[in-house]
Amino acid sequence: MITASVQQLAKIFVEIADTLVDEFDVLDYMHMITERVAGLTGAPAVGMLLADQSGRLEFVAGTDENVTLVELFVVQNGEGPCLDAFRTGEPVVNADLGVAAARWPRFAQLAAEAGYRSVHAFPMRLRRQVIGALNVFGANPGSDFGDDDTALLQALADAATIGLLQERAVARGDLLSEQLQSALNSRVIIEQAKGAVAQAHGIGVDDAFKAIRDYARRNNRKLTEVANGIITDPRLRQRVLASRSPHQEAAHDRP
Amino acid sequence: MIRDSIQAVPSSPGTGLLHRVVAAATGALAASGAGVSVMTESGERGVYAASDPLTERMEEMQFVLGEGPCWDAFTLRRPVLVPDLDGESPDRWPMYRPAAWDSGIRAVFSFPLQMGAMRLGVLDVFRRRTGSLAGEELATALAFAEVTMTALLDQHEEAGTGAADGLLDAGEHRAEVFQAQGMVMVQLGVPIAEAMVRMRAYAFAHGRRLDEVARDVVARRLDFGRDRS
Repeated sequence: MITASVQQLAKIFVEIADTLVDEFDVLDYMHMITERVAGLTGAPAVGMLLADQSGRLEFVAGTDENVTLVELFVVQNGEGPCLDAFRTGEPVVNADLGVAAARWPRFAQLAAEAGYRSVHAFPMRLRRQVIGALNVFGANPGSDFGDDDTALLQALADAATIGLLQERAVARGDLLSEQLQSALNSRVIIEQAKGAVAQAHGIGVDDAFKAIRDYARRNNRKLTEVANGIITDPRLRQRVLASRSPHQEAAHDRP
Repeated sequence: MIRDSIQAVPSSPGTGLLHRVVAAATGALAASGAGVSVMTESGERGVYAASDPLTERMEEMQFVLGEGPCWDAFTLRRPVLVPDLDGESPDRWPMYRPAAWDSGIRAVFSFPLQMGAMRLGVLDVFRRRTGSLAGEELATALAFAEVTMTALLDQHEEAGTGAADGLLDAGEHRAEVFQAQGMVMVQLGVPIAEAMVRMRAYAFAHGRRLDEVARDVVARRLDFGRDRS
């Protein structure tokens, strides 16, 4: 159940709508959406999937990007709540993973093994078109959404779709395709950067993602820009972790 | 479908795979022409293939003028779809737009040949009539861009790793392919595009799928810097 105040909700919706700015970065934006939804719902994991031109759902952002969770998003190309939400344009809520084996055999098993108890998916809609879905995982029984919660989260998913596509700027289908391709390609840059950092520092790709995201935040830089810099600039590749000395971390953590 | 359409183009001496790709794309997209320009991070610029002399001129013109949808697709890292050249504001490509219009071009669709941070160039599709790429045409155009990219990658390797082997056929293991690409780049100290060329060449030489090779790299069972073969 969502217990946020009206003020908190208003703040989130303003943040979601505020995309017509020069500093807009599609990767940061997609991650921000997943984090706001996780914050609102208390869900342990939230992810976003977008459909490519052939209708394949691609994972583009998650509150966490560990291998187990990413696999849960990826298998939904074949089956799962996101695919259902994407196809029907309707939210899938309060699906109990304990009894979902008939509906989604592979997904339900993987999700249950990962420790999740329930799952929800909200289609990302723009007028009649569905471009993807937001995926929310629950860890506790009884964390079900009521009708109001569902309506609120669906409104948030729809607002995020408009924001992501910057649809207010120009209302034409071609722009939608352009933006969608841009979002999907940005995701590929992150994967390449994860590999580069993992190799350069001898760490896993999960930790590499955290390092990249933390570096971007600490230095107030766009995620796409940092990821791209990691590919082209070996010095930045080193700095992403090198700057994480205890001294600097402590200085940065100070309020 | 796309591979068939490329193979259906008769090959004659001097016409490489890219020329067949642009000819097939022109047909499949009901276009007046299609062209491939190579543009890289290191500043390489040039027209690589064009379906006809007018298209070649249009491609060259963008480099001469330093503006046009092709440039924008490269710098913005996304397709630039212009269904009506006349509908664009006058300050968008002030020199390119009237020149294209005078040549009878009414619509241009430019697709970056890119995969994440790797950028190889742009595929341009021209039409003599206005209108968006409708229905399946956008997906078709993007598939042609992918085939073009593959052809450009394999061209670096003298051996060639087989014509239109899809880069994106990795399915569920796409993410690992890109992660491995980043790792191989660091292992070998080469640019990101070169890393993909090497991975593809390795997969071909060992008769393995690209995603299998990628998973070995990510799991650190295979290191291109160490296991030179």
